[in-house]
Amino acid sequence: MSGLAILIPIALLLGLCGLAAFFWAIRSGQFEDMDGAAARILIDEVEQ
Amino acid sequence: MTAHQPLSGQAIQRTVVAVPGAHCAGCMAKIEGGLGTLPGIVSARLNLTAKQLTIVHAKSVQVPELIAAVEKMGFSAQPLTNAAAARQDGATRALLRATAVAGFAAMNIMLLSVSVWSGAQGPIRDLFHLLSGLIAIPTVAYSGRPFFRSAWGALKHGRTNMDVPISIGVLLVTALSLFEALTGGPHAYFDGAVMLLFFLLVGRALDSVMRDRAREGVTSLLKQTAPGALVIADGGPSTWVRAEDLRPGMRIIVAAGERLAADGIVEEGTSSVDLSLLTGESAPRPIGRAGKVHAGTLNLASPLTVRVIAVGADSSIAEIARLMDEAGQGRSRYVRIADRAARLYAPAVHTLAIASFITWLLLGAGWHQALLIAAAVLIITCPCALGLAVPAAQIVAAGSLMRVGVLVKDGSALERLAEADRALFDKTGTLTLGRPELVNAFALTAEDQAIALALARSSRHPLAEALRRGLEAEGVLAVSLGEIGEQPGFGLTASYRGEPVSLGRGAAGDGLSSTFSRGSQEPVRLCFEDRLRPDAKDVIARLGELGIECSVASGDSGRSVAAAIRGLGLTAQTDMRPEDKLDLISRLHRSGHKVLMIGDGLNDGPALAAGHVSMAPGSASDVGQNAADAVFLGDSLLPVPKAIAAARRTMRVIRQNFVIAIGYNAIAVPLAFMGQVTPLVAALAMSGSSIMVVANALRLRNAAR
Repeated sequence: MSGLAILIPIALLLGLCGLAAFFWAIRSGQFEDMDGAAARILIDEVEQ
Repeated sequence: MTAHQPLSGQAIQRTVVAVPGAHCAGCMAKIEGGLGTLPGIVSARLNLTAKQLTIVHAKSVQVPELIAAVEKMGFSAQPLTNAAAARQDGATRALLRATAVAGFAAMNIMLLSVSVWSGAQGPIRDLFHLLSGLIAIPTVAYSGRPFFRSAWGALKHGRTNMDVPISIGVLLVTALSLFEALTGGPHAYFDGAVMLLFFLLVGRALDSVMRDRAREGVTSLLKQTAPGALVIADGGPSTWVRAEDLRPGMRIIVAAGERLAADGIVEEGTSSVDLSLLTGESAPRPIGRAGKVHAGTLNLASPLTVRVIAVGADSSIAEIARLMDEAGQGRSRYVRIADRAARLYAPAVHTLAIASFITWLLLGAGWHQALLIAAAVLIITCPCALGLAVPAAQIVAAGSLMRVGVLVKDGSALERLAEADRALFDKTGTLTLGRPELVNAFALTAEDQAIALALARSSRHPLAEALRRGLEAEGVLAVSLGEIGEQPGFGLTASYRGEPVSLGRGAAGDGLSSTFSRGSQEPVRLCFEDRLRPDAKDVIARLGELGIECSVASGDSGRSVAAAIRGLGLTAQTDMRPEDKLDLISRLHRSGHKVLMIGDGLNDGPALAAGHVSMAPGSASDVGQNAADAVFLGDSLLPVPKAIAAARRTMRVIRQNFVIAIGYNAIAVPLAFMGQVTPLVAALAMSGSSIMVVANALRLRNAAR
């Protein structure tokens, strides 16, 4: 019973963290250019 | 990798450019890196999904320079007006957020519910029910809003749609479950209510994503009547002005191969103009001093100086826009299949729920138990699978069509496409390619071909480009020439092994032609004409097999239409104004036909908006592309029958999905009616039928093959 009192809040908190991360990702435009993000990793960085 | 350069004390401007040719990491690095090194550019970033390049640059850098820079790197580029570039995907974002919240809540409530189902008793069960309620109630309030809003909108107008039973079901079940949780009852249906919302939101989000994707595709195609023009100031330097900032009285220079951005009167220069996007007329029309020219007209031969007399809403396009507005009203009355199903379904669900409530009361159950059973009936009949049945099938089919080069704008377009039984084709630009093609490459010797190609490559004149395309297609390799001079309006000159060579305009009255001369040889006349698309005949036959009768409705003269469509076996109506096309379509509608209109020009805009469903080629005017339900890319017409066949297959799958969803109800409803549906049964039935419906929709993956 006391285990539940700890585990349930932890489960909910972790879930909420995931949700908050998703909201942040939408807000910061990470889903704007899905194809581009996949391609960008192949570009060699050239220091200028 | 965004290029960054500090810029001090200069006004900064943002320009969005469509780069349809960009498709890989290499293109991105090349464009972004290449632009970044140019002076006056702060940053350049390419969005590969939307194929749009956003450039932040100093005001002193003008748009044509940017375009030229991108084109020098080997990519075609078109500036977008601000309106076209503005992204309106707020709806998708809101739906994604609601879906994420519902998904999070559904998972956590399910976690608690599983322990209840596996035998949690007494205070622990009550605690879990209360916790579920704490998660579910804010979720329903947040994620349910799209449904509540739409249901309320329908009810206010005395109608009903799919969202009415959903909203009533979810709200009633949540309220009852809350009562159960507070009074320590054995069953709470929070999991059912939230899972229902989650599945339905997935359907909505899919629908919205599909619309965004098609819109992005079309935006990147828009070629802009003309995004702006070079304005000559008195005595000062000429500056590039966006189309929306042009004012009557300004004098603009229109180069050969450029489209006019506004209506005007020619002040200097003589040329010929191509009106095909405006009127469907294929022959170029000569124009001289004091001649009137319209926005959207393509200047073919030599530069013109034009005094602007009307812009934007006052220009000749405005009349067409008015016709389109009126024509589009008929289509907005179309009711989508999901809503048609809801019209039958919603009353049935409500009747069933009330019937079960009354029956149980009469049988002597308490009002509480009767209400609980009625709620179970509502939630089990709630169109969970029905809500996914349509969007899942449509997005899979639209994805498949996109891979063969058809952009379908929304689900309703697919539904209407499946119903079409009559097709009307425009001629210029639709049945034909809408651009000049070289007819007599054989008139030149192999060496002359190589010289002509070298000359043609250095000009952007439409006929020079046609010559280049024609010769390159024959595998001709250009020779290297000395300095090439271009004299606007007359042609190109250079020397080859000491002989003067030239490529110039054809004799007057020769239609589309140009003249190639070399040294003392007799000059050769090169002819161009607008050809039929390569597989037009095959396509007409295929449409016939699909039971669709075709004919041609063209704004061009009878003679040129007859010449162009010879051998296709089609009837044609010619010399049609936009109003006449509208008339023809409404006559066909009245005789019970569902008309598929396929056209490209500005003059087809009203007809495209009026047709039961419409398609436009990727080369169409932007008015045409905006009005059409679907846009197909490439030179082939084959995507038209392919799209119709795919749309019909999609409708078959949607009907199968309805049968699955209703079949599941036929089993589950009697159980619910008898009071046998526990939250566990509801959860299993709901997810089971949703998975089946989605799996069935996935069979459409190759629908467009």
